[in-house]
Amino acid sequence: MAYTEEELKKELETKEYEYGFYTDIESDTLPKGLNEEIVIAISKKKEEPDWMTEWRLEAFRAWQEMEEPEWANVTYKKPDFQDISYYSAPNKKPKYNSLDEVDPELLETFKKLGISVDEQKKLAGVAVDIVMDSVSVATTFKKTLAEKGIIFCSISEAIQEHPELVKKYLGTVVPKKDNFYAALNSAVFSDGSFCYIPKGVRCPMELSTYFRINQAGTGQFERTLVVAEEGSYVSYLEGCTAPMRDENQLHAAVVELIALDDAEIKYSTVQNWYPGNDQGKGGVFNFVTKRGLCEKNAKISWTQVETGSAVTWKYPSCILKGDHSIGEFYSIAVTNNFQQADTGTKMVHLGKNTKSTIISKGISAGQSQNSYRGLVQVNSRAENARNFSQCDSLLMGNRCGAHTFPYIEAKNKTAQIEHEATTSKIGEDQIFYCNQRGIDTEKAIALIVNGFSKEVLNKLPMEFAVEAQKLLEISLEGSVG
Amino acid sequence: MKNNSMLEIKNLHASVDDKEILKGIDLKVNAGEVHAIMGPNGSGKSTLAEVIAGQEEFEVGEGNILLEGEDLEELSPEERAHKGVFLSFQYPVEIPGVSVTNFMKTAINESRKAQGLEDMPANEMLKKIREKSEMLEIDRKFLSRSLNEGFSGGEKKRNEIFQMAMMEPKLAILDETDSGLDIDALRIVANGVNKLRSKDNAIIVITHYQRLLEYIVPDFVHVLYNGKIVKSGTKELALELEEKGYDWLKEEAAV
Repeated sequence: MAYTEEELKKELETKEYEYGFYTDIESDTLPKGLNEEIVIAISKKKEEPDWMTEWRLEAFRAWQEMEEPEWANVTYKKPDFQDISYYSAPNKKPKYNSLDEVDPELLETFKKLGISVDEQKKLAGVAVDIVMDSVSVATTFKKTLAEKGIIFCSISEAIQEHPELVKKYLGTVVPKKDNFYAALNSAVFSDGSFCYIPKGVRCPMELSTYFRINQAGTGQFERTLVVAEEGSYVSYLEGCTAPMRDENQLHAAVVELIALDDAEIKYSTVQNWYPGNDQGKGGVFNFVTKRGLCEKNAKISWTQVETGSAVTWKYPSCILKGDHSIGEFYSIAVTNNFQQADTGTKMVHLGKNTKSTIISKGISAGQSQNSYRGLVQVNSRAENARNFSQCDSLLMGNRCGAHTFPYIEAKNKTAQIEHEATTSKIGEDQIFYCNQRGIDTEKAIALIVNGFSKEVLNKLPMEFAVEAQKLLEISLEGSVG
Repeated sequence: MKNNSMLEIKNLHASVDDKEILKGIDLKVNAGEVHAIMGPNGSGKSTLAEVIAGQEEFEVGEGNILLEGEDLEELSPEERAHKGVFLSFQYPVEIPGVSVTNFMKTAINESRKAQGLEDMPANEMLKKIREKSEMLEIDRKFLSRSLNEGFSGGEKKRNEIFQMAMMEPKLAILDETDSGLDIDALRIVANGVNKLRSKDNAIIVITHYQRLLEYIVPDFVHVLYNGKIVKSGTKELALELEEKGYDWLKEEAAV
């Protein structure tokens, strides 16, 4: 990978939790291991109300009874959950005084992605000039949002300031005991975002701009909750195209979306965590639970571009509960070197006349394994449910793998379900054709991959599509010898 | 004599999987000339075209290929393209999701980059696209379709010549551009090629049939048989071949 750095590898390989034990609750790092005391300590540290502490404890107790799932098409050494510190100071990145001190390779990547100098500094952990006051920028955004009655803050803040909303919705789409990682997240989640759009309000901006300025560093156990009241609309963008130099190996996030009657939520993700080096050493494990609930006439679209992480386990899903509700899933998953991805979606049709669309584009290179796993479920009462699924895989070279695991369960005979799947390989004849037109091999691959991913790239917010396109190029650099 | 050599091939041998296909080709093409290469199936015509373009599948044993006096041996296919070599493919490949326009934009700007030039300004690019597509009677809608995906045989060939018009190569090799074209399409394509003829470029037309040569009139005709040029002549040679077939040449070559 272009941004593989010796230092980062070392950081990831040598565990950072070696500084001894801290029992002082006021300190920045809790001791390794997980038990009820730790869960209580996390909750206390965040000054949470009792109901929240109790909620976490219930999740923890459930988690203890659960087993790590093994059905995904990935192999990795399971993390030792007692060897992890579950609360650590959010900012452990090295601080630099100027960009000159930052790894030139990282800067090169930033440049390729077209990220502004100020943002580069922020992302690389350089102290930002006073001129570029990100706090005040954020405040301006916040003011605009507040005028519309939109709440957009950290989940910790929401627990303090809007407990009635959090209480009402948290865990309603992804229950505490949903699965092993979701339960773990529910017990120990560090922070994340909360977004509430009032009835009939159209959020006037992509919630990305704000996000990129404020949330460059995300936590290990992120928790996000988005609630769109009746007839409202929001487009939410998570993640960043810039390489994320996160030291945490295990990531288990939970995202819950609630779209009430006639509401629409667009949720776009670009995930570019450290994928490990080209020998398959290091890298982030990304075990995510993302799910949205659609009430009557509501619509949820998931769009994701997944290029990072050593192991990805992720199925953004839609529960189409309300009649006439719509679920969409657009995904590009790139794996290179030794990366493994098992990703897809679940579309659960409960209401009448519900519709879902799945477009999945998997690109495998190197010795990676890329699996699509998707469930389309039509309940017995879901009259006239319709689904269209298209899963395309593109292979580069002959040492990688692409797999498709579609599951279809239809309990209503009026259901119309279509599934299309293709597998293709970048052909030498395609490369030669491009070469003959003066396009070198690296660029030819980028062109072919972008063409292959176009239907999904088009779903991304404009400003981001360009960066995502470049990110695909960078992720596949050096994948053809 | 003024040296205006565009392409010079000397004793070229090429093989694939240890099977020799080109067995000593000599060919000289000057700027401003059109050469036709004819010959039966399997005689090595397409191989010759691809070897000139730098297809690495072929092992070049002996011999040299010189473009304007410069040996191409060490150059990659894209570098040859940057120097002005263009191949109109017999079987153009499909690239799904990449529009004709986007492909051309990339190709032209990559060549410009290699020459140390900035990207072509968008308005200039659009103007050029408009001009060239009109010349080849190409519908503008066609240009936003994915490259060659779902194109008819004729559309693919017309698209190749459109690309040639856009790239303005010094040396264009048209590999069986006439195959798959109906008579109207053939005329349009041939007219296009004729408009691109100039004293500064050279064109090699590879074909089975004399038909195309009625429209694109060559200065010289060569017959390739069994990896060698067995006969060269003027455009009348093409007529003779049409009439008599290739057998008499095979016999001649066997002697």
